[in-house]
Amino acid sequence: MVEATGTPLDRVDGRLKVTGAARYSAEWDVPGLTYGAIVTSTVAHGTVRAIDSTAALRAPGVLTVLTHENAPRLQPFPEKVNGSLFRGEGGITETRQPLQDANVEYAGQPLAVVVADTLERARHAASLVRVTYEQRPPELNITASSRRTLPETFTGNKEEKLQVTVGDPKVALAAAPVKLEQVYESAITHHNPIEQLASIARWETRNGSEFLTLYDTTRGVENMQEVVSNSLSVPKENVHVICPFIGGAFGSKGWLFAPPLLTAMAARVAKRPVKIEWRRQDMFAVAGQRAATRQTLSLGATRDGKLTALQHDTQTHSSQSSGYTEPCARVSRMMYAVPNLGFAHQLSHLHLPSPCPMRGPGETVGGWALECAMDELAAELNLDPVELRLRNYAETNPETGKPWSSKHLRECYARGQELIGWSKRNPKPRSMREGNTLIGYGMATTMYPAARRPAEAKATLFADGRALVQSATHELGNGAYTIFRQISADGLALPVERVRFELGDSALPNAPTSGGSATTATIGPAALAACRNVLGALKRLAIRDAQSPLYGATEDALEARDGRLVRKAAPTQGEEYGTILRRAKLPSLEASGEAKPGDEREKYSFYSFGAVFVKVRVDELTGTIRLAQLCAVYDVGRLMNPKTAHSQIIGGVSMGLGATLMEETHYDQQNGRAVVRNLADYHVPSMADTPNIQVEWLNIPDPHISELGARGIGEIGCVGTPAAITNAVYHATGRRFRSLPLTPDKVLPT
Amino acid sequence: MYPFQYQRATTPEQAVAAVAKVSGAAFVAGGTSQLDLMKEDVLRPSLLVDVSPLPLKTISAFEGGLRLGAGVSNTAAAIHPEVQARYPAVSEALLAGASTQIRNMASMGGNPLQRTRCPYFRDPAQPCNKREPGTGCAALKGLNRVHAIFGASTACVATHPSDLAVALAALDAQVQVTGPGGTRTIAFPDLHRLPGDTPQQDTTLVPGELITSIDLPSFTGRSHYLKVRERASYAFALVSCAVALEMDGKKIRRARVALGGVAHKPWRVPAAEALLAGKKPSEKLFRAATEVAFADAKPLEHNAYKLTMGRNLMLRALLETSGLQPLQGPAGTAFAASVGGVGGE
Ligand SMILES: Cc1cc2nc3c(=O)[nH]c(=O)nc-3n(C[C@H](O)[C@H](O)[C@H](O)COP(=O)(O)OP(=O)(O)OC[C@H]3O[C@@H](n4cnc5c(N)ncnc54)[C@H](O)[C@@H]3O)c2cc1C
Ligand code: SF4
Repeated sequence: MVEATGTPLDRVDGRLKVTGAARYSAEWDVPGLTYGAIVTSTVAHGTVRAIDSTAALRAPGVLTVLTHENAPRLQPFPEKVNGSLFRGEGGITETRQPLQDANVEYAGQPLAVVVADTLERARHAASLVRVTYEQRPPELNITASSRRTLPETFTGNKEEKLQVTVGDPKVALAAAPVKLEQVYESAITHHNPIEQLASIARWETRNGSEFLTLYDTTRGVENMQEVVSNSLSVPKENVHVICPFIGGAFGSKGWLFAPPLLTAMAARVAKRPVKIEWRRQDMFAVAGQRAATRQTLSLGATRDGKLTALQHDTQTHSSQSSGYTEPCARVSRMMYAVPNLGFAHQLSHLHLPSPCPMRGPGETVGGWALECAMDELAAELNLDPVELRLRNYAETNPETGKPWSSKHLRECYARGQELIGWSKRNPKPRSMREGNTLIGYGMATTMYPAARRPAEAKATLFADGRALVQSATHELGNGAYTIFRQISADGLALPVERVRFELGDSALPNAPTSGGSATTATIGPAALAACRNVLGALKRLAIRDAQSPLYGATEDALEARDGRLVRKAAPTQGEEYGTILRRAKLPSLEASGEAKPGDEREKYSFYSFGAVFVKVRVDELTGTIRLAQLCAVYDVGRLMNPKTAHSQIIGGVSMGLGATLMEETHYDQQNGRAVVRNLADYHVPSMADTPNIQVEWLNIPDPHISELGARGIGEIGCVGTPAAITNAVYHATGRRFRSLPLTPDKVLPT
Repeated sequence: MYPFQYQRATTPEQAVAAVAKVSGAAFVAGGTSQLDLMKEDVLRPSLLVDVSPLPLKTISAFEGGLRLGAGVSNTAAAIHPEVQARYPAVSEALLAGASTQIRNMASMGGNPLQRTRCPYFRDPAQPCNKREPGTGCAALKGLNRVHAIFGASTACVATHPSDLAVALAALDAQVQVTGPGGTRTIAFPDLHRLPGDTPQQDTTLVPGELITSIDLPSFTGRSHYLKVRERASYAFALVSCAVALEMDGKKIRRARVALGGVAHKPWRVPAAEALLAGKKPSEKLFRAATEVAFADAKPLEHNAYKLTMGRNLMLRALLETSGLQPLQGPAGTAFAASVGGVGGE
């Protein structure tokens, strides 16, 4: 049988999605459902003096109004959940429990939930709730905040320190023959998944104890179960979290606990199942965001372009109750062979909503700053930008000294140059023109850490010859259902049509929150382990069965082939899985499997790499930039499915394009409210903005990451794209732009 | 979300009477502006009278020009062969706006009456004199990147967002209206007003007045529309420009220029138009006209770029309309109107 893994199988859930049959979190049909609407703070800082819900309570259909005065009490967040730091500086999430006190820390903070029998009545009644505030001036400025900290690690991970010095960058910079220091600023951006946040909560009493079923837009059912049970003081086994489909997350929906907690509290008080669907406007306050950054890049180099020092200092911001810190040095710390390397992160706590990871957290905007600075250095040295990168090619990780698990970046540079026609460009800035437009070429290196985490899975063989493999991971539009079905089919030696994969349910075997581009490397090996184990159990069954042609064989002498167990030495001797089960009168046979990274993580440094090349047209007199061409070549290990991989990459590239040219959320500097809160005026790239994105991969398996040889691909497309575009705009115009996004008002010459 | 009554109109007169009689009543046509604002809690009409069933859906010859019924969809008007051939600026403005789905719903009567895209107007928690008179103007001290450089007041600095309206202003279209006091005709440039100290009032229509058609006068010159936006498609204009040029041999007989995205209404530039009349088209002349057009612009903190962008755009619109520079796509299409073109080779 040909392996399914690595083939361009169509999305197995594609039909369900385009026909509307895929069930998203807001779409579950729960009998007796009622509807919650949220009242949010209009101010950014202060305390609630009074909430008057009299009129709301009198409005038709209203069941209850929850405020901080009458809401059930919640336990505080634990310090750590499943290994991630939650509380404190560098922690990953907002630890403010909703409706527990009168403090207002950002505009759009939930202050009350109104529950009614229809959505319209709930929303109408919510507009009747009157809130008065004791207002205080909000702090909204990164560089002028009174509460600034220097977080030690990103999310408590000891491998990811945020304040690091290797060698002596200060001295090396002072001594460097060529020096460059620039400040790069990036705007706040929002994930804007098409599916808004939604939860449905239903409480039931079973055998005298309370059970909660929660349908929620989360990409981490396990974490959600843990946090919700802890917050509501309900045993973990009594909380069931379900989410089989997510309509895009991009980093959001992983660490958001207030929305489901509000729903669960409302349902408990109303004594009815409650659904809360957040409005698009609210998404700009409660759904997380990429924080703005102000990054200072200092490079020191020799005249022939060898880096001697790199210092990358970031100022960024979080809310009052989250320590999340955009880890901007993620690329700088590993990309180039530089003996003196330093980076620092300073966090300002502002009266703004909490940030959270967003596709390429740190890498996307931090990599932009580094790769723009490298372009500036290349220009300063009169070197080809690719050549400068080759002269500083890191053969080992410069921060840790470890060898790479696998790195073929040179091939990416070479192939990318061929694809875009790099040699045909006139390297002189502002030298190429077509009609009203200036033409420019630019490039950047891209990377992504190849994480892997522990996970479990379960495989079940059925007597009718079909199989089911399960793990509590998620389908975010990434293709998880598809590739895990492919991997499982191979693990069971069955055709893909006979195998189903289930996910998104806290009752399934443990899997971490889907993120960090780690899902394939994490779940794939666990699924394979479960498949191996169930086949082992099946072998033992056959061996003990006197009627089986495999009777008496040793386990080692048998193998699975085309849906049959056969003798290795005589493959015609064997039988189908179902035959073995049916004779044993077993409707099914199941086994668990688990997989986790081992000491290879101590020995090697795991990263994916790539190179992005861009051609732009700049209509300078109107400030308009368009991408003419984008060619990118990636070294991401072995591909599980070139079709879903291609979609992941072009999606990532488009998001990088958006961050570069148009995406920006501005909070009003007087009152801290998000100024634009809709998708007509917050621009994400349209089809007309997007050129043909030409993607290639080396498809070289990583020999160390796992038996699958696959690293992740979810985020690498987003990284690299912003710098390649910005550098191309420089080549077109001869002008440097160091503030994202490059909107027409900035590009227009003054 | 507020409770409201809904009624389908049967005749124009019935619709007018229904809206005139109930305070807080409003028309709805395609609903693409009206319903969005209701969902955002910005508008809270007591009664919606749906004018889409009315027999106002035809495009017909009228006094040498064209009469576009108020119920004609933006799509139908944009791709009508006579509109595309004789008034390409109208097709270009329509097709460079919104999306196919929205244009299919949007009507010719509703389009010029869509409300501002000032983001503060769309957030009921922000002070906004246009939404709630007397509360102040958040944009004045806040983010005013997309706001007006002409004709604004201290009460409101919003711009009018319609692309179509800019083309109609340049073509001196006429608006036919039926109201509680009978019918009247409004010259398009007089339909919208400046904010003054009553920014809640976008237009000169009185409550209950229904647009029945938009009439394009006879016109044999060239017209063209250009738009700068922050993405290649599906975005409102930062600045736009419509030009209607009538020639007398090699000389300009009459030039009409309207700017979009710069004021509370489509902004005609009479001094620049006067400068162009009777002269031979040249880049130098056009540059002089742009200087005149922007002479009394008053930028706010974040929108000074509109002066440069506006002058550059007006220059290009004049060059392209006069034929001194080629159009960037076939006349009467979004490609002709979209500055920067689309991504890709
Ligand atoms: C996401 C998005 C993007 C958009 N982009 C653009 C763009 O780029 N450029 C652009 O120009 N527009 C754009 N639009 C706006 C769109 O063109 C308008 O919303 C549409 O043209 C309004 O027409 P309608 O028939 O839907 O009006 P409605 O929403 O039904 O009504 C709008 C207003 O007109 C009144 N009204 C309607 N018909 C009549 C009548 N016959 N007489 C009197 N009053 C009437 C209503 O009472 C209401 O006040 C966009 C809209 C959206 C939602
Ligand atoms: S500019 Fe006009 S619409 Fe905008 S906030 Fe001010 S008053 Fe309101």
